[in-house]
Amino acid sequence: MTHAYGPVPRKEDARFIRGQGTFVDDIVLPGMLHGAILRSPLAHARIVSVDVTAALAHPMVVAVLTGEDLAERGMAWMPTVFGDVQAVLATDKVRFQGQEVAFVVATDRYAARDALELIAVDYEPLPPLIDALTALDPGAPVVREDLPGGNHIFDWSAGDKAATDAAFAEADVVVGCDMMYPRSHPAPLETCGAVADYDMTGGRLTLWSTSQAPHAHRTMYAAVTGLPEHKIRVVSPDLGGGFGAKVPVYPGYLCAIAASEVTGRPVKWVEDRSENLMSTTFARDYHMHGEIAATADGTILALRARVLADHGAFNAVAQPSKFPAGFFHIFTGSYQLRAAHCEVTGVFTNKAPGGVAYSCSFRITEAVYLVERLTDMLARELGMDPAELRMRNLLRPEQFPYTGPTGWQYDSGDYPRALRLALDLAGYDDLRREQAERRARGEYMGIGLSFFTEGVGAGPRSQMDILGLGMADGADLRVHPSGKAVLAISVQTQGQGHETTFAQLVAHELGLSPDDVDVVHGDTDRTPFGLGTYGSRSTPVSGAAAVVAARRVRERARLVAAAMFEAAPDDLEWLDGKWRVRGDPDQAFGIAEIARAAHSTLELPAGIEGHLDASAVYNPPNLTFPFGAYICVTDVDPGTGEVSVRRFIAVDDCGVRINPMIVEGQVHRGLADGIGIALMQAIAFDDTGNCLAGSFMDYLLPTALECPSPELGETVTPSPHHPVGAKGVGESATVGSPAAVVNSVVDALAPFGVTHADMPLTPANVWRAIQGRPVRTDLAIS
Amino acid sequence: MKITVTVNGTDQARDVEPRLLLIHFLRDDLRLTGSHWGCDTSNCGACVVWLDETPVKSCTVLAVMADGHRVTTIEGLARGAVLDPVQAAFATCHGLQCGFCTPGVIMTARWLLDHNPDPSEEQVREAISGQVCRCTGYENIVRSVLRAARDDGGDTG
Repeated sequence: MTHAYGPVPRKEDARFIRGQGTFVDDIVLPGMLHGAILRSPLAHARIVSVDVTAALAHPMVVAVLTGEDLAERGMAWMPTVFGDVQAVLATDKVRFQGQEVAFVVATDRYAARDALELIAVDYEPLPPLIDALTALDPGAPVVREDLPGGNHIFDWSAGDKAATDAAFAEADVVVGCDMMYPRSHPAPLETCGAVADYDMTGGRLTLWSTSQAPHAHRTMYAAVTGLPEHKIRVVSPDLGGGFGAKVPVYPGYLCAIAASEVTGRPVKWVEDRSENLMSTTFARDYHMHGEIAATADGTILALRARVLADHGAFNAVAQPSKFPAGFFHIFTGSYQLRAAHCEVTGVFTNKAPGGVAYSCSFRITEAVYLVERLTDMLARELGMDPAELRMRNLLRPEQFPYTGPTGWQYDSGDYPRALRLALDLAGYDDLRREQAERRARGEYMGIGLSFFTEGVGAGPRSQMDILGLGMADGADLRVHPSGKAVLAISVQTQGQGHETTFAQLVAHELGLSPDDVDVVHGDTDRTPFGLGTYGSRSTPVSGAAAVVAARRVRERARLVAAAMFEAAPDDLEWLDGKWRVRGDPDQAFGIAEIARAAHSTLELPAGIEGHLDASAVYNPPNLTFPFGAYICVTDVDPGTGEVSVRRFIAVDDCGVRINPMIVEGQVHRGLADGIGIALMQAIAFDDTGNCLAGSFMDYLLPTALECPSPELGETVTPSPHHPVGAKGVGESATVGSPAAVVNSVVDALAPFGVTHADMPLTPANVWRAIQGRPVRTDLAIS
Repeated sequence: MKITVTVNGTDQARDVEPRLLLIHFLRDDLRLTGSHWGCDTSNCGACVVWLDETPVKSCTVLAVMADGHRVTTIEGLARGAVLDPVQAAFATCHGLQCGFCTPGVIMTARWLLDHNPDPSEEQVREAISGQVCRCTGYENIVRSVLRAARDDGGDTG
């Protein structure tokens, strides 16, 4: 077997290190106009009138679109990715600060912005609904009069309530806690944007946009614009990060499309950072109450949780449609327990829409945080070491495949091995000794553990869809006469390195070098249909499709090789990257020789007409279940509340690693995410609905100074159902790390009697926790 | 206003609005799109270029302030096909993922090594603390810069 896996350098890098990437804002078309969006300054207000007269009089303005203009085209509202509707440009009222109200098109970027100032909107302010906990109160302001449920979106539950309650009744120890997973924002460094080019004569639309799911977006544009789908081409060029923020369709994309239709010219729209933070999809915003039940000797019996989910003004969560709370019900985590039950209620508020983003694996981030915080609280209550408690309750390797109490079937795992490795890498016992010594000196050092299991790689398509589109993905593999190959995939890289990893997957199957395989992605005209890149699904789904297609090529090559050898196909074997005659391994043909023959005049047997090309659509039989053990060491200054992350140890098991260098890079990112989310990032609102995190001055991101050098370890437990045994990893560390950071800080603060503190653990919030006076971290501090 | 800016060694004379930001002058007027615009508030560093010898965040520098000065962007770093050692090290050490922050980080890192050829890890972290990267967690960026420091002394490929 030739081995194309390994830490090969990335094909993508050559352009990026030279500044030669092509991002959406780099695209310039002849005659292109520039669009800008007028946004609501109010969180909740009725629109009395919108006067664009002065804006239209601006010498550089070509057009101004309002909600009424879009309504005439049937485009004032669009479906969200979760089947709700969202205003493209508001017609009746505005429902969050930053909502889209009008769209100006001008010949220059600056002029478009200038003209926004010339639009006069008369708003009639309405009382805003900001605190999600009051959304269902009688008399609460109603966000969505257009829906029968008012502010109520859904009630959803999973697990066995009776069995869970029975287990709780038998328990020696029950620990519970209210915990808020605050609203955050993925904040990819590139904001969202689009260039729309509508060709009136051909009736054809080309849209370059910041999309993680170009095919699904194309289907939606066809529904909203009325253009036939085959006349729409969606291109995702280089994307400057995504993290789920570029899964939804945003009003700006549709405004650019409408403006191009109206003006007959290409229109570019690129939002600024404030627009990005205030209007595109947020993440989390879960108000959770969790309880854990156990025996006195530390055997976990059951878990239960009640959640109030703040979805903002429109239900635009990007997740499979049968799962209104995403995959939150995997909240039993990595432990064997008797029963579990969770209830989630979703509500509307006067805030930007979203909820599922920021590498959350469809809400598994919130689930892991809940169970890992509760496990630490239980350890404290029992007087047990949290590592010992986890080791005692982790699923054992022989229990896999394991079906959990809320229905998930975990494919494979060796959890104790991963935790042991993490403890060894950390020098756990020494750390605990050091902690005791420091505490004796009045120093506050924390050691926080987190053990996570994710389920990633949606579908299966019969159970998982977005807007009715089943979550299967295609791959087309062409092999040229010289044996060089081009793989076209449905998923789109935003930095994950698909051009490299997918070339390695194909090269590995065909005995080629990754240099011999080019990967095409991000262009609906050039790639097969698929649902896109999010939820760590590229390798589990699209990667599998690529492998299946490559194996089909290999089987076609077997038939051609048999003709070349004048042997029976069954007499050939694939060995070291070549088809060989069994028993005579010196007779061998590689893919390049076979491809040449397949394109030649050689008489071919039945079953192959000519070239080697093959396609596949992969419908995953199950999710893949990566897991890991993380340990975070912090030092807390009790005087200032400042937290310093000293060490971060991370052991990840994502099955077979195709490019370990890329895998480790993804883990590095997720650990930094955990530091940012746990310690500094949150989007809070004041009581009038003003967003308090509208720029990077207020929404703090970790820098190189806050992130220590990670210490990584790995175990490899292949997925039994993935063609090469790989599992998704892109979100693992973002999912697993925040709990480790918070557990570490709470551990550091144990001498103060602190058992919990809500994120973000800013110096002020840590200090308040020490004082025993915590505040709501989702609301402005009055 | 009429300005002349020497960008990557070439004089560029333009008539610009006084309010035009340097980043937009570079990107829109000169079509040098390697420098990126990420935040507006001087926090993220995706727009870092050199004004004469000093790294600046070009989203908060007016184009007219560069009149009569030299500006160096990522496009001006390689010598023809020969990469700067910092560029090469970023590829070698997987110092980038999406590539959006990369040009700015590389410009800052090159400046650091020009002024401190043998920085400690702490000095590297301090130097790039004005650069936000959302993909790498900074670890491989730090490794890349330290690697480039070593490569600066030897053959640079």
